[in-house]
Amino acid sequence: MIDVLQIHPNDNVCVAVRPLPAGWQVQCAGVTFVLPEAVPIGAKIALARMRGGDKVLKFGEPIGSLTADVEPGRHVHTHNLESDYLHTYRRGELVSGGRWVDP
Amino acid sequence: MIRLQGYQRSDGRKGIRNLTLVAYLVECAHHVSREIVYPYREAGCQLIGFPGCYPNPYAHRMMESLCTHPNVGAVLLVSLGCESFARRRLMDAIASTGRPVDLLIIQKEGGTRLTVEKGRKWVAEQIEAISTTEKVEMGLDELVVGTICGGSDATSGMTANPAIGVAFDRLSDEGAACIFEETGELIGCEHLLARRCVTPDLADEVVASVEKARRYYEVLGHGSFASGNAEGQLTTQEEKSIGAYAKSGSRAIAGLIKPADLTPHGGLYLLDVVPDGEVRFGFPNIVDNAEIAELIACGSHVILFATGRGSVVGSAISPVIKVCGNPETYQRLQDDMDVNAGAILAGDSTLQKVGDEIFDQTLAVAAGAPSRSEALGHQEFILTYKSFDPIGPACLPTV
Repeated sequence: MIDVLQIHPNDNVCVAVRPLPAGWQVQCAGVTFVLPEAVPIGAKIALARMRGGDKVLKFGEPIGSLTADVEPGRHVHTHNLESDYLHTYRRGELVSGGRWVDP
Repeated sequence: MIRLQGYQRSDGRKGIRNLTLVAYLVECAHHVSREIVYPYREAGCQLIGFPGCYPNPYAHRMMESLCTHPNVGAVLLVSLGCESFARRRLMDAIASTGRPVDLLIIQKEGGTRLTVEKGRKWVAEQIEAISTTEKVEMGLDELVVGTICGGSDATSGMTANPAIGVAFDRLSDEGAACIFEETGELIGCEHLLARRCVTPDLADEVVASVEKARRYYEVLGHGSFASGNAEGQLTTQEEKSIGAYAKSGSRAIAGLIKPADLTPHGGLYLLDVVPDGEVRFGFPNIVDNAEIAELIACGSHVILFATGRGSVVGSAISPVIKVCGNPETYQRLQDDMDVNAGAILAGDSTLQKVGDEIFDQTLAVAAGAPSRSEALGHQEFILTYKSFDPIGPACLPTV
């Protein structure tokens, strides 16, 4: 059973096809790394060392720019990746800029 | 050539269902209409309507298209009386198709109780009358199939959406018209769409429609992205877009249409659902069912719905087939799901196999088998204010 999938050969992230625990060793696209944290199904995992501002490629296409440096194995999500088009809204955030409390 | 059976309508189209529709023309007539439908909700009577008191050309055109949809056999219009909806015009348009139609005006009928009684009597008679409608042969080239994704997560773009793309390729190769939509969920895919258009002028129109969506959402300060998408490991609009784009399959894009435009022949079409002009009336698509209603107004007989987080909705008028991309979601919600595309991630199936399964399900549902949401009684419907300019000459180059 495979753990992760590199969807397109140009991608610099792979995707977890099932939940994976912290400490899990992953081999993908000729790279081997250990996951520093648990990731859920569908999570993007960095395949290479990347710098803040670098484009993340998935499906062979850019899906946004990194806001922080990442090491191989690092979870790539809203905490370190931003859209080049539109801000990503999250629950509890007021559209006009304030904040809603959503415990 | 695969043959289906359908109900012949006077405009030449054929229906795969023969429904009696009750349509409220303002929110104030909603309760009365719902009460009319209730005893017949499992007997082929369904509810649609428009809530606003003010007239709007888009809403009128949508209501007219839906009331004369090939899956509809008879229509009862319910008006409060004082709202602005052009009810006689709508009634005449329905009557001109030969469908039985009646109009009840609550303020004239004598209120809630009397209107409900009269409405139920009319509905019971119509269900009886249209039950004897003979079915005729229907080719796959007479079928229109729409697709949407909702409650998307990171699995949607890897499994359910590309599997629908496989089914779309097969359906359009058999002559069916296939419609994908939500230009706001194609932001970032303009270059991919452009090179699939049948003419350079159509490519310009398609790219412009996505740019319009980007501007619209930028003004609103919120893209077509819900918090659940991020909880499902989608991070950005363009990531969601590339996954959503996969529903379109690989065939050439034959045209760009807008809500209530009909597809002129088989092939693949993009439906532009973002209003034209300055930003008015709020969000373009407040929820998936707004887009489903638009796909149906364009003639869709069946809707293929890809989900990862697990949407359970169906629709009034046209059955919705649920393709679940996430194997964990499928485990929890399998009673609501028609196809388990998550089996691809588990290594138990392939895109091609799931695509074939979606194709077969589409034909089975078109032949009369209820989809899961249909069997569970889902008949969601929503219609709000929008405004559109007519499509330009470059949008349907082969007509």
